[in-house]
Formats: sequence, C-alpha cells, structure tokens
Amino acid sequence: MSASTAGSWFSSTAGPDAPVGRRGEPQKWGSPLTYVVGLLFIAACIAPVLYIVLGGFRTNAQITTSPAALPHPWVLTNYISVLKSVTFWGEFANSVIVALVSTVGIVVLGLMVSFVLARYDFRLKGAMYSLFAAGLMFPMVIAITPLYIVVKDLGLVDNLFGVIVPEIAFGLPTTVIILVPFLRAIPNEIEEAAAIDGASRLGFFFRMVVPLSLPGVVTVGILAFIGSWNNYVLPLYILNSQADFTLPLGVQAFSSQYSSDTAKVLAFTSLAMLPALVFFSAFERRIVGGLTGAVKG
Amino acid sequence: MSDTLGTGAAAGRRSKGASGIGGAGESASPTPAPTPAPPRAAPRRRGRARMRFEIAVLSGPAIIMFLAFVIFPVALAAYYGFYRWHGYGAPTAWVGLNNYKLILTDSAFQQVLWHNGLILVLSLAVQGPLAITLALLLNQKIRGRSFIRVMIFVPYVISEVIVGTGWSLMLQSNGAVNDLLQHLGLGFLQAQWLSDPKLAIWALMAIISWKYIGFAVILMLAGLQSIPEELSEAAQIDGASYWQIQRRITLPLLGPTIRIWAFLSIIGSLQLFDLVYIIWGQYVSGTAGTSTMAIYMVAQGRSAGNYGYGSAVAVVMFLISLIVALLYQRFVLRRDLRGAVTEGGVR
Repeated sequence: MSASTAGSWFSSTAGPDAPVGRRGEPQKWGSPLTYVVGLLFIAACIAPVLYIVLGGFRTNAQITTSPAALPHPWVLTNYISVLKSVTFWGEFANSVIVALVSTVGIVVLGLMVSFVLARYDFRLKGAMYSLFAAGLMFPMVIAITPLYIVVKDLGLVDNLFGVIVPEIAFGLPTTVIILVPFLRAIPNEIEEAAAIDGASRLGFFFRMVVPLSLPGVVTVGILAFIGSWNNYVLPLYILNSQADFTLPLGVQAFSSQYSSDTAKVLAFTSLAMLPALVFFSAFERRIVGGLTGAVKG
Repeated sequence: MSDTLGTGAAAGRRSKGASGIGGAGESASPTPAPTPAPPRAAPRRRGRARMRFEIAVLSGPAIIMFLAFVIFPVALAAYYGFYRWHGYGAPTAWVGLNNYKLILTDSAFQQVLWHNGLILVLSLAVQGPLAITLALLLNQKIRGRSFIRVMIFVPYVISEVIVGTGWSLMLQSNGAVNDLLQHLGLGFLQAQWLSDPKLAIWALMAIISWKYIGFAVILMLAGLQSIPEELSEAAQIDGASYWQIQRRITLPLLGPTIRIWAFLSIIGSLQLFDLVYIIWGQYVSGTAGTSTMAIYMVAQGRSAGNYGYGSAVAVVMFLISLIVALLYQRFVLRRDLRGAVTEGGVR
C-alpha cells in the first residue's frame, strides 16, 4: 500500500497525466460514442450554471415571458448594478478574508502535524492519527449548536474570526489524511543526505519537506479555500449582522430581499460563484492529482 | 518494496533520534538494526527530549485547535442533551434521558430519519453505477480529457447556496424546467416540483445527484488511473472482450475507490442540511417532505430556543453516523483502511 503511495507521490510531481500522455506518440481520437456521452454529460452539468449566468443578462420581463430562453437582447444593467453595489463588495471582501486566513491556517497547522505523523516515531502516534481520521466522519453540521455556544462564550459572534477559527479546526482532518501519505513518501535518503550535510530535523522540515510536498500542499490549499469560500452553516450561525456576511449568506439575503427581481438575483449569484470557479479551473490538475494520492493511500 | 522502505525509514529515524545528528552516517547503513545501541546515554536522552519538544511544537497547535473546536463541542452537546436549556446561563434543569425519549418517539423525527435513509440509499444506487460507467468511458485516451474533467467538476465546486438558489428558480411552477417541457411538447409533464410532497423528494434527489456526481466521477477516474495498463493489455492478448476486462479486472481493482466513495456519500447523506435549508427552508421542508435530521435539529433546537433539545438531536445524529461508520469500517472498508479509525492506521 505504501508503495503505491510512493508511486502516486512521484506521479503527482510529474503531473497526473504523465503515464497517459506518453510524449512522442500521436494521440488517438477514440470512439465517437465516448464523445457523445461526454458531451451529454457536460451539457447536463453545465446547463443549470449557464441558466444562472445567462439569466443575469436578461430582463425580468424576458424571464417571466419565457423562463428557458436565451437573452434577447442582452442587457448588462444587472451585472453592472451588482458590481457597483457596496453590499456585494463588502461580502466579497469578507469571503476573501475568511477563505484566505483559514486556508493559510489549515495548510500551516496541517503540514506541521502531518510532518510529525509521517516522520516521527512515538507512542501516541496511532491515537493522534485516529483522532484526525475520526474527525473526517463528522462534518460541521453535527457540532454546530454547541460550536455556536463555544464561539459565543469566546465573544466571537459577529466576528470573522468566529468563522475562521472553527473553519481551520474542521479543515484539519482532510488535510492530515491527504498530506501524511505525501510526506511519508519522501524518500528517506533525502532526509539522511540533509542530516549528513548538517541539517537538523527542523531544518530538514523547512528546507526539504515544505518544497517537496508542494503538490500536496497546493491540493489541500485549494480544497480548503473552496470549502471555506462555500461554507454556509457556520456563517449562518455566527454572523448575524449584514455587514459581516460572507457571499453565501449574501446570496441568500439578496435573493429573499429582491425576490421579485429575478434577473438581478441571478447576476448576483453568478458573480458570487465566479472566484471559486476560477480558482478551481486554474488548479484542476492539482486537485485530481492530490485525490489520486489520497485514494490510493 | 513498500515494507523495506517503511521499516528502513522507521529504523533510520530511530537511530537518528538515538544518537543525534552525529549518528546519521550509521543510520544510512543498508540494514539498520531495529534499535541500534546508542554509543553513550547522555546524548541519547538529549536527543529524545529534543524530539519530544519538536513533536509538541509541531503538532500542538493543530491538536489544541482540533480538540477545542471539534471534539469539545461534540462533548458539550452530549452534556447539554441532558438538560432543558434555552441557551442562557448554565443549564440547571436536568431532565435525564427525557430529551432522547421525546426525539425517538416524535413522529416528525421518525419521518426525517426516513428521508435521510431514502436519500442515502438512492444516492448510492443512482450515483454509484452512473459514476462508474461515466468514468470507464472517460478513462479512454480521448482528446480534451482535462476540459471534460473541469466541466463535470463544476457543480461540485460551486456552493450549495448557489446550487439551491439556481435550482429553486428553475423548478418554480413558472420556472425554466416547466417552460422547457412546454417547448419540447412535453407539457403534460409539468409539475409543482418543489411543493408537491410526492415529487419534492425526487427533485431533491435529482439536485443532489447533479451536484455530487462530478465528485464521484473524478474520484473513480483517479482510481482508474492507478490501475496498471499492463493488466488489461495482457487480458486483451488472451482474448478477453472489452466488457470482460472491465468486469473481471477493472471493477475489482477499483473496489477500494468505490468503497471509499460510498463511505463519503453515506456520511454526506446523513448530514444533509444546506441544500434543503436553502431551497425549502426549515418550515416548508416539513410539508414538502424533504426535511432531514439536520433540519429537524436546527428547527427544534436553535430556532425554537431549545438548545438542550437541539443538542440531544445532534447527539442522536452523531451516534447514528458513528454506528454506520463503524459498521461500514468493520465490514466493508476493513481491507482498504486497515482500521485507520479503529486501530490507528499509521504503520
């Protein structure tokens, strides 16, 4: 099992497509059936998203008379008015702060503890790993009521840190599960070579482990960013005043506030999903590569 | 290879911990003894203390965060669950197991439990076969693979709020779905997708499948890529047909991936909250027949101000998930994780 993890570590550094690409060989087209099924599947996945994006370019009158049609004519007023609104940018800024700070927290704390779990030998190691693995089974919803009480007692209600701190804690299990196989697969010879060259174990961590585990770190970072960008339950409980809302709460507030202005709601919604989509498509390879490692590990 | 690497690494680390940096040359020997005798006792003790210090510094922050904000709230819920408590001051009205008795005999809870069960079974039955078939098709060497992968992952990447807002607009009685059916000449299929209690749960299932199938396909694709091509090539040479190869070689080797996906799907189904809460809200979901345990928890707990009762519901959900997870681990995942949760998977 760890052989395959080691393999996945190498293949992920080389890019997940490396075994398939086979440089030099001309790529074949394959059977047409595959493309038909693929296109149908893509259409099914994308059509509702397109409905949201295109709906933002229509007027309410267009949407009422013919809900499932293309914009005719295209109007930009909905998007422009959302992009001009202070509410949108305020919520956007809150989302960026929450997502960035929790991502950094999850990656830094997760990498440190994963390093210990992967490359130190001590008695409580198994118990520690089990603790985090068990955390994987219990998403935030279950603990949300008492979590709210804990955050309230800390005086962090209506404070972005009241969202960030639990976000980091709940992000740790996934991070540990993905990173530990990565770190364990770093060949021991590298550690020995570093030691011969006079590096302490912490020096080895900062100079070798951090750069070498970058593919895994990027995967974990993207998952953490998207998870925290999309999180709904936690802000729902912790953030009550509109000034503190993150985008998911904002979308919901906006859609109930302007429920008659469907076009504007659609424009707001599609602008709110844009950052996660851009972020994801920029790093898609890394996510798939990281999942490959996690599945095999 | 794996085991040599593992034990070699462990032994190397141990000897380094024992004799400090100076002993690194010794630890590089090809066959290190399990616990090499340290040259002197003093440096060894210093090395161990240093190692303990490093472990504490590196793992302390994460452990403290995790205990304080994940484990502690769950324990707190267990404590509050024994009280009638409205969220102010310390709980004083001890009611023993009364909250739990009320939950288990409440017909509304039995109903939401049934919904969760239905969602769980249908998620596995619909998404599993579909995802495997699609992954097998898309695993062939075709052009635009990475484009396809990005596209099918899109529904998974966008948030539940956006999915919920978009779909509830589309499924309204005067929404895009009914309009499309009209245009296709299928007007007789038009329906009240969200409010008809007979249909709402199926609308929810369709939305869930749409949102999460991409993740299942990507996971399966990742699993398929780890299967060596030589196996199917050899089978092909031996005269096996395409479907024989998939059935006899690919599917069994994909087993671990399928089992892990099923586990994630089961846990997700038991915790379902966001989509239902956004599309139906806590009150309408009751009449539309889509409410889940988590919705019940929020409605009866925080919204009604009964934090004690809500905590008890959380504990029931926790126990159900735990029992399901342990049973699954015991009987299905045993071979894949070798007890990562139950016995500590770090070897």
